[in-house]
Amino acid sequence: MLDNHARLVGIIAAADGVVGRKKLQKIIYIMKKLGFPFEEKYTFYFYGPYSEELSLRIEELTNLNFVSEVKEEKSNYYQYRYQVTEQGKAFLQHAPADFSTISEPLQEIKQKSSRFLELVATMLYFDQLSEDEIEQKVEEVKKKSNYTKQDMQEARAFIKYIKQTMVH
Amino acid sequence: MAYKDEKLNEEKVFKDPVHRYVHVRDRVIWDLIGTREFQRLRRIKQLGTTYLTFHGAEHSRFSHSLGVYEIVRRILVNFEDRPTWNREERLLCLCAGLLHDLGHGPFSHTFEKVFKLDHEEFTRAIILGDTQVNQILTRVGKEFPQKVADVINKTYHDKLVVSLISSQIDADRMDYLQRDAYFTGVSYGHFDMERILRVMRPLEDQVVIKESGMHAVEDYIMSRYQMYWQVYFHPVTRSADVILTKILHRVKELYHEGYTFRVQPVPFISFFEEDVSLSDYIHLDEGVVLYYFQMWEEEADPILRDLADRFVNRRLFKYTEFNPNLQMKDWMELYQLFRDVDLDPEYYLVVDSSSDLPYDFYRPGEEEERLPIHLLMPNQELKELSRQSDIVEGISGKKRTDHKLYFPRDAIEQLADDRPEKEKIKRILYR
Repeated sequence: MLDNHARLVGIIAAADGVVGRKKLQKIIYIMKKLGFPFEEKYTFYFYGPYSEELSLRIEELTNLNFVSEVKEEKSNYYQYRYQVTEQGKAFLQHAPADFSTISEPLQEIKQKSSRFLELVATMLYFDQLSEDEIEQKVEEVKKKSNYTKQDMQEARAFIKYIKQTMVH
Repeated sequence: MAYKDEKLNEEKVFKDPVHRYVHVRDRVIWDLIGTREFQRLRRIKQLGTTYLTFHGAEHSRFSHSLGVYEIVRRILVNFEDRPTWNREERLLCLCAGLLHDLGHGPFSHTFEKVFKLDHEEFTRAIILGDTQVNQILTRVGKEFPQKVADVINKTYHDKLVVSLISSQIDADRMDYLQRDAYFTGVSYGHFDMERILRVMRPLEDQVVIKESGMHAVEDYIMSRYQMYWQVYFHPVTRSADVILTKILHRVKELYHEGYTFRVQPVPFISFFEEDVSLSDYIHLDEGVVLYYFQMWEEEADPILRDLADRFVNRRLFKYTEFNPNLQMKDWMELYQLFRDVDLDPEYYLVVDSSSDLPYDFYRPGEEEERLPIHLLMPNQELKELSRQSDIVEGISGKKRTDHKLYFPRDAIEQLADDRPEKEKIKRILYR
């Protein structure tokens, strides 16, 4: 029951919480592209791959008190902090979704800015293209984000790194 | 004259119950409508299983696609003289509007979940593959099919073009809300589209709404909210979806076990193998699916036979509200009890969640998850809708999720009265 929900709770637990809706969206997308069994459907939107199904599922998890959501006011925007509750931990015992073995690389992803993860997710979205075509596509669809060549090189290196470390 | 500029000698019109008329003057649009891939959409219902709840909901993806095209056409008439609008993109927008749902299959949301498919990938494949649609688009220009696919995929470089077809206030939603309301017969779903079209303004990378049109947009957001609860998320429709999902899981399971079907389900085999070609996909429409459902009513396997009969003859599962947090013990007890009375809980005890549906609410996009609706203020500043509208803010913050537990009440009632499990099951379910 609720296996997809359980996997999300498992990831948030293994990451020891996630700050930012956008960041959570991109983390799950990156993991899905790495072959982890997430079934949330993603489509490309203004800010890169986005899953409405994931947004609603997180809303369900917070309404069920499996995950806590704290809204924090920043200078000119809101930010949401997600943490697994005690009830969420109990739920995980019934529906095992253990990601503790990848806790370390997950922490590394989590430390990255959501802007950088948006770039990583966008590059992964176009991963059927060649390296040059990916760069060209990112420049086209992310004109306003002004990602530099160096940003893209970093993102490429990061993708390579997490592919090696996140073995499942 | 270049094919892309060719006009029909006389304007063609389709009588439409929502927009009164759908007007076609471009040769390319007329030719696309005539293709076999587009005509196939006549055989796919827009609302899947909703007709089992609202009997009028028999309208097709074909009529919705024409509707989206018509709304895009009307928007572009309004945009024609705006300096920020590039008139060269007109035909691209019309084609993308018309073809945006081309890859939908029968009951596509359920099929996608069970067979791990993606209708958007099939839309792309039909536009770029060996199809009549592709032949027509290629006549416009060698790169044109890719451009249409990119707009639909939302990866086209011109975000303004994309936002006409896909954003939180786009031609797609404006058509389906009104069309679904009309055909289901509900009194929700109506809003002043003409007013919205008049206050839409093209900016560099998005369509925005002139601030004076905020109330018309509020009405649109309310319609979306009400249609979600009253139609899209109707618990009876969800019951039909649950049974449909279980039929497909059962038939797939039987196939992999080497079960001998009375009638070989040939059109489904590549779906069971999860290796679906474009041709297989295009050939499977609702007529084919419903034919097999009738065949499966005669199968020897009792689960498949029962589920198919339930779907065809509308013997749906009943439901009760369910909280997976507070009722975890109930769930585990029920699961075992169902086993004890030979009702396989994998097929007859199902939790369905709001996130299992393909429809969405308005989201203000506080953290740039998704672009919100922006109002264009008199000083040319942009403001997110829910920051200006108390009504939209009010419904954006509401609890919008639920979970239901579906089960075959008739089968439980038919259990012998002296079976102790019967009372226990009823005690939990009918509490």
